[in-house]
Amino acid sequence: MNRLQNRTRVIVLLVAVLLLGAVGTGAVLYAADRTAQRDQAQPGGPAVAEGAVTLQGPSGGRELVFRNMAWGPHRDELTAVPADRPDGPRTASGVQCLRFYAAAGTGICLQSQHGALEDTYRAVVLDDHLRERRSFPAAGIPTRSRVSPSGHLAAWTVFVSGDSYAGTDFSTRTSIVDVRDWNLRDNLETFDVIKDGHPYQAHDINIWGVTFADDNAFYATLATGGHTYLVHGDLAAHSLTTLHENVECPSLSPDGTRIAYKKRVPGASPDAPWRLYVLDLATMTETATAEQRNIDDQAVWSDTGTLLYAMPGDYGADLWTVPADGGGAPRRVTQAAVAPAYLG
Amino acid sequence: MYVADSRSSKAPAAPAPASGGPGRRGALRAVPGTVLALGAVSLVTDVSSEMVSAVLPLYLLTGLGLSPLGFGLLDGIQNGFSALVRLAGGHLADRRGRDGAARHKAVAAVGYGLSALCKPLLLLVHTVPLIGAVIAVDRTGKGLRTAPRDAMISLSTEPAHRGRAFGVHRAMDTAGALLGPLTAFLVLRLAGGPLLADGGERHGYDAVFTVSACVAALGVLILLLFVPNRQVADGPSTAAPSLRDSLALLRLPGLRRLTLCAVLLGLTTVSDSFLYLLIQRRLGLDTSLFPLLPLGTAAAFLLLAVPLGALADRIGRRRLFLAGHAVLLLAYGLLLSPVSGVPAVVCVLLLHGAFYAATDGVLAAAAADAVPAGQRGAGLALVGTGQALARFACSLLFGALWSAVGGTGALGWSAGALAVCVLGAAAVLREPAAPGDPAAPGDPAAPREPDTPRDPAATASEEPS
Repeated sequence: MNRLQNRTRVIVLLVAVLLLGAVGTGAVLYAADRTAQRDQAQPGGPAVAEGAVTLQGPSGGRELVFRNMAWGPHRDELTAVPADRPDGPRTASGVQCLRFYAAAGTGICLQSQHGALEDTYRAVVLDDHLRERRSFPAAGIPTRSRVSPSGHLAAWTVFVSGDSYAGTDFSTRTSIVDVRDWNLRDNLETFDVIKDGHPYQAHDINIWGVTFADDNAFYATLATGGHTYLVHGDLAAHSLTTLHENVECPSLSPDGTRIAYKKRVPGASPDAPWRLYVLDLATMTETATAEQRNIDDQAVWSDTGTLLYAMPGDYGADLWTVPADGGGAPRRVTQAAVAPAYLG
Repeated sequence: MYVADSRSSKAPAAPAPASGGPGRRGALRAVPGTVLALGAVSLVTDVSSEMVSAVLPLYLLTGLGLSPLGFGLLDGIQNGFSALVRLAGGHLADRRGRDGAARHKAVAAVGYGLSALCKPLLLLVHTVPLIGAVIAVDRTGKGLRTAPRDAMISLSTEPAHRGRAFGVHRAMDTAGALLGPLTAFLVLRLAGGPLLADGGERHGYDAVFTVSACVAALGVLILLLFVPNRQVADGPSTAAPSLRDSLALLRLPGLRRLTLCAVLLGLTTVSDSFLYLLIQRRLGLDTSLFPLLPLGTAAAFLLLAVPLGALADRIGRRRLFLAGHAVLLLAYGLLLSPVSGVPAVVCVLLLHGAFYAATDGVLAAAAADAVPAGQRGAGLALVGTGQALARFACSLLFGALWSAVGGTGALGWSAGALAVCVLGAAAVLREPAAPGDPAAPGDPAAPREPDTPRDPAATASEEPS
């Protein structure tokens, strides 16, 4: 190799650059072509039409709003369907959200924004006509969002990834804002933690998946030292108190008595560690639901006895339902949808 | 979980010769072509790796639908393993090939090649354990190539200019680390899709992995084509150090002292992850700006690597290595003080980047002074591994300390310990009489002792220049 002429080396390098450049360009063009197909509606997919979507007192009865994932021009937009016909035609709002939740006329929408050098994320508080009231920059990839039953508080969680080389160390950031005075709690990790009755501090505390009881009390997941806990949060007291171990992404029932959550079950594969459980807050009894598959979602209660949640599907995610008491069987309610919220 | 600092084993970098001027041209002249070639290899390779690491979280989350909090984190084990691989890489690289030359280039090529092979593998594996395995192989390649690469830098440069040569290399490396995420973003953008199209949309990521593989292959090719097999100051071709010889290197007082200091100071060097958490908490930084913190450190490192490397050649590498830790102590002090706000954040990041610029390549340059040419790879690996393991231990200690006394308290203790270690190191470290001056007698303690393992004639201070 040392005897190669300089000219030969440069030529070899140039040829390699051309070849490798061609391979890279080909890969990018192929990906662009495949991506473009997603703007075409698929035959047999759900019918989606543009229309007015509001978060306040739907005239025709209860509605379900979610992010539409069906291919076509309205992909990733918030769409509404009648709650009793979730598989029916969808009304598309024109508002794109990656994650969404709404209650009492307040919506929280986690969006990405295309920038010149990178994409950024923001949490947008929406009014009842899906108009932006205020937005907050977010530090990473959106994952969970909730609004309190009164519509006064909104919470969101994003993933923040470290900078380590090929790093797999993730952490979360969870924020809560009061939409009446825009008082923002930027990072719930700064709250005082009471673990097993004692004050607790650690560098590896992560909080995610807020679910509100009222305008002061909430529940969430706290992770530290390789364990996860259900915590009871108190906004005024600036505190988080552990209640139960191995609880992720809690969702409080409308009557405030039970928590639906992801439980990490022993012996499951690292790709699929969670099952959907329900915890009775009075007795701390855990009940497995009839959903046997891995779940990675913060479930929603359709009524006091039924859960709605997303499972992986052909277009990213489908919505499924299962009774909360452990009976019945899971049933798919609609395809190509994620991040649902009931209105009315 | 926050584990040992990533930069300890990695070499972020920046474009070398930005500004003009006769002084700078002179500086460049002193940097041999081999160093520029190795810098180019590192730059290109870092573009490739950082492309992948920039999109990996997004890919796992949205391309594969894996929740990041579902992983078992192997970082700790991998860091320990990677440190051992580095020792092996250094030792193997010092062995002789049939032509009598050391195998630095061959071992480095295997390391770069392994990592390059991992990129296309990412197109094929879609489960957590397999992705974890690919990342482990990638890091093995990184561990393998670090010591032979630094050995080649030191062996191809006149001793008097080693600090600057390492500075140029580290700057180029950091430039690659900064360019990588931008390239990945550009590819995702050109591939058309919204960046966060969750739900099995893998095509954009596949394009990133493919381009990353092409870039990595280019890095290996540059290494093979433009880095000579035998370096200017390679040891005599008869020497073939055994494993025993490599371990016996620690009997060299100069190297032993330097390793001891690197370990002591490494034990009090708070990892980047912890430091950024503390910056955010203590200085009141908005959470949305958190992802920018590593960029701040890298930018400062990039800008300062060459000038501080040159400064090391003038005032002494050990001295600057110590001064770099004093700068880190300043950063801790600023964090512990009641100041807050964006200017304070910028100051801390500047100090943090200056710390890397004053210590990362400078330590390698200092270590090269203390190791005979024939065992350069193993010697550099010993110092680097000692430092990396110490930093990893520091992460574990710091985490425990945080639980006991809180983040601020832990930083206070670390600052105290760092101050003590800097003073201790200052007492132990002796600058060679005239660093890098071939005519100078060299570190009186180091190379000429009877227990010098091999070819005592080929010590740093007597290399042909």
